[in-house]
Amino acid sequence: MMVFRGFALKYGDNIDTDVIIPARYLNTTDPKELSEHCMEDLDLDFKNKVKEKNILVVGENFGCGSSREHAPIAIKASGVQCIIAKSFARIFYRNAINIGLPILEVPEAVDKINEGDEIEVDFDNGIVKNISTGEIFKTFPFPPLIQEIIKKGGLINFAKERIKGGK
Amino acid sequence: MGMTITEKILADHSEKKEVYPGELIFAKLDFILANDITGPLAIKEFEKIGAEKVFDSERIALIPDHSTPNKDIKSAMQSKMLRDFAKKHNIKYYYEVGRVGIEHALLPEEGLVLPGDCIIGADSHTCTYGALGAFSTGVGSTDFAYAMATGEIWFKVPESLKFVYYGKLPQWVTGKDLILQTIGYIGVDGARYKAMEFTGEVIRTLPMSDRLTICNMAIEAGAKNGIIEPDEITLEYVKGRAKRDYKFYKSDSDANYKEIYEWDVSKWEPVVAFPHLPSNVKPISSISKDIYIDQVYIGSCTNGRIEDLRIAAKILKGHKVHPDVRLIVTPATPRIYMEALKEGLIEIFLDAGASITPPSCGPCLGGHLGVLAEGERAVATTNRNFVGRMGHPKSEVYLANPAVAAASAILGRIAAPWEVEVKD
Ligand code: SF4
Repeated sequence: MMVFRGFALKYGDNIDTDVIIPARYLNTTDPKELSEHCMEDLDLDFKNKVKEKNILVVGENFGCGSSREHAPIAIKASGVQCIIAKSFARIFYRNAINIGLPILEVPEAVDKINEGDEIEVDFDNGIVKNISTGEIFKTFPFPPLIQEIIKKGGLINFAKERIKGGK
Repeated sequence: MGMTITEKILADHSEKKEVYPGELIFAKLDFILANDITGPLAIKEFEKIGAEKVFDSERIALIPDHSTPNKDIKSAMQSKMLRDFAKKHNIKYYYEVGRVGIEHALLPEEGLVLPGDCIIGADSHTCTYGALGAFSTGVGSTDFAYAMATGEIWFKVPESLKFVYYGKLPQWVTGKDLILQTIGYIGVDGARYKAMEFTGEVIRTLPMSDRLTICNMAIEAGAKNGIIEPDEITLEYVKGRAKRDYKFYKSDSDANYKEIYEWDVSKWEPVVAFPHLPSNVKPISSISKDIYIDQVYIGSCTNGRIEDLRIAAKILKGHKVHPDVRLIVTPATPRIYMEALKEGLIEIFLDAGASITPPSCGPCLGGHLGVLAEGERAVATTNRNFVGRMGHPKSEVYLANPAVAAASAILGRIAAPWEVEVKD
């Protein structure tokens, strides 16, 4: 069972990968180093805010732009538990699933959550609860193949088993 | 029910008769690629999988194009990782500095990505190869690692959107303007998760270079892939260079499209995408004449091909770059560099006062070879103008075609090509 509880940190639409982790820091793959610069071109205080508020609540097309997996890695290493968005850009969506960063698309929840609200996310059933206001939002759970990848802890573990199984 | 070209390629590569939008499939891959930024991360993941060898050492390209020639110690370490891995696994298409070009210009030129292929690349602009009639899409490093080990990857079959362009393309309006204007109409997420199929009489007469530019920027509308049905022009392009067999697919006449857009382009103009989104486009004639600039960049996987350099040279010939402007020109591959040299284009650029860089992504992603300072403004023939894309978070990037970029370099402000006298 994957259930997360925490406080909301909000940002807007079209947050792109150049903002999430600027190219000037792409000379490393170290998650901790990447997390040091996560979102800094958008919000210099992100690093501190995320210590208190580690459920990201964002608008449309989150993670658009480059294919850099450094983006979800930087977010995950910053301590973010889970991201709720109106929508994700497709490569970011894939990358998040593949590295095991929980994400959910729940458009109506995003508008009704204020920064700082306490949130509970039931990932398996696709339920987001705004504890501060009592509102509950539902979305479709992931399709079976994706659930399997997530259940195995990401694509790499999934691959290990597939290779072992002679596929 | 008929299928689109995208659906047919995906069906054939997953050994199915038909596939449907939304269906999850595993598809076999004809070719995969990664670069010096995404590759090292993928190599680490590949090692975690525990596979002893790659699925096929002749279907993988590792291309150190982003921070090379290496800009600092850390990027040198990343390139070394790529190089060592390529040696260890006998990767046939590893390109060393001096022979390397920008991946999405290099691979079509080398005949390594071909019509009918199913391709993934750990780089978002992998969608470029759709111009050849391939299904090609950008993924992350973990996907690439998985593909290196297994030769396949999971996909959700995308819905298709059809874009039909008809009429007569006015002078100075290029593939770059078609795609920027399209993104302007549908927005940066207007094609999210979807296939963009480009067609119509205008596309049918476009040379491969413009087609590559158009498909290159499909990702800027959020698309999974951009694609153009192959035709005579495609055949002409791949004939002499193909390193493998290829296959032409076409959409059925009763294929299903989520949406069909039709535009008469006869009155379109060159456009400029203002900061900080590629969709923020304005026709050149509507732009005020006082947007002064500090730098002009002509290059990248979008517009760094020989055709682009020819257009820029045509405008720059006999002119000088404005005293307050730095013009940086990057031929996208060594072969393009050589052609530009032989055709006298490099001389024109140098005479005008431009700086020529080696083939590299450098300035396009604010990596090196021309990074912007705080408050600076650039006109670039690249594909992204996000905050901080080419340098300081408070710098600005205006996207344009090579003719607009060259004219702007001469006049020191955003300018239309017809404002400059062409000296033949
Ligand atoms: S030229 Fe720019 S957009 Fe193209 S691959 Fe290089 S960094 Fe990416």
